[in-house]
Amino acid sequence: MPSNAITRRAFVTTALAGIGLAATSLPALAMTETAAKKLVDSVVAEINKVIASGKSESAMLRDFEKIFVRYGDVPIMARYALGPDARSASKSQMRQFTSAFQHYISRKYGRRFREFIGGQVTVTGARKIKAGYEVRSTVKLRGEAPFEVTFLVSDKSGKDKFYNMFIEGVNMLLTERTEIGAMLDARRGNLDQLIRDLKSYG
Amino acid sequence: MEYRRPVLMRFVPKLVLALAAFSALAACATQPPEEAARGEIFDPYENTNRAIHRFNLGVDRYLFGPASKGYVSVFPEPIVTSFNHFAENISLPGQAVDYLLQGKPKEMGYALLRFAVNSTVGIAGLSDPASDLKIPQVDTDFGETLHVWGFGEGAYVELPLYGPSTTRDAIGVVVNLFTNPIDLAPTRPVDNLGLYTELVRRMSDRGRYSQTVDSILYESADSYAQARLIYLQNRRFELARDDEESYLGLYTDPYAETGSGAADDPYLDPYEDPYAE
Repeated sequence: MPSNAITRRAFVTTALAGIGLAATSLPALAMTETAAKKLVDSVVAEINKVIASGKSESAMLRDFEKIFVRYGDVPIMARYALGPDARSASKSQMRQFTSAFQHYISRKYGRRFREFIGGQVTVTGARKIKAGYEVRSTVKLRGEAPFEVTFLVSDKSGKDKFYNMFIEGVNMLLTERTEIGAMLDARRGNLDQLIRDLKSYG
Repeated sequence: MEYRRPVLMRFVPKLVLALAAFSALAACATQPPEEAARGEIFDPYENTNRAIHRFNLGVDRYLFGPASKGYVSVFPEPIVTSFNHFAENISLPGQAVDYLLQGKPKEMGYALLRFAVNSTVGIAGLSDPASDLKIPQVDTDFGETLHVWGFGEGAYVELPLYGPSTTRDAIGVVVNLFTNPIDLAPTRPVDNLGLYTELVRRMSDRGRYSQTVDSILYESADSYAQARLIYLQNRRFELARDDEESYLGLYTDPYAETGSGAADDPYLDPYEDPYAE
């Protein structure tokens, strides 16, 4: 049993954009909760469409990036992932970092979708939280016990957009913040170098 | 009731180990309570842990990773799934004991019922009719029992060969791997069956999700920090599952942190248009 980084069900931890999902129908809910759940269903349907398209991998990754931008609140995610360094970054650095982050995330997670093809997502509920809405779902993969994926949605960007997801309790945004922090450390805090490297990721 | 005797026998080592655990935990470095309340990572043995992490990476790179990828490519998918069911089933009597120790008779009943159904109808646990019959899933361990008994998480530790854990869960791992009631059954194929089936199950996970695991272990800028964060969050989530308060406590609010009304500091405005100009 050597060096498994994670517990059994947390193997799916990093599925993010990688889940080949089949959405299920929703029970009637309050207006805003319905909107939040619809958002999950739309993104699931879009990802499935890309996977089913049979395009080349690089074309699929470009499509995943478009989905990420359309449905995700990328600027807030990028800023949070950069952490305290976002405070000292210039406006132009922040812009470039956000676009590099978007490229990096869609490549990193988009490439893993094959392991999660055929997973089924069932939205189990939505409710108000401080920054917006929490949409809980269960995901079923072949031969595995179902696991819980929670999406956080907010309209603080002006539109309902995702700003985080939790897979069996693992906070994806926090995981990326740790990773970006480690990348920055490895480059002795050189943000411009990090931006260049993220832009050419994958 | 073949396993009744072993179940009772399993009490004894568990209680002994729990007492040992108590004194061990008491002797360990302790985290200031306010840091623990904020859910901060407590890693006083980081240097040792990182050394063990490097060792584990080596084992994974040359032995466990290749073996796991071989395992899932040699055996067809349904057989791997069957072996997983078998491993799961073998762990159920032990889980029933843990539920008993946690004072959860309903879950204990589910564990025993699943074991009874899958061991018979499911042909020695190789298939999972209990799930088709909608008998609820169970998932617990002795680390959770210690949690229910009020033991804190303790320090983060990375165990050789096993991987990420905490001082509390490490005790649970040892207890669960070596005191499976199955091992006390009068007829059994091998000693420490639970240990081997857990190994097989882990190989299946390692092989099936090899891209994801590889990316965490080998493509991350700091795979130790990634593994630590993922393990701790996932473990806390498992243990908080029934407790809505601590479940919500797992959320961080990036909007609160960066301040969405950043009029006083334009660089903090997360909503500036990245494509403007």
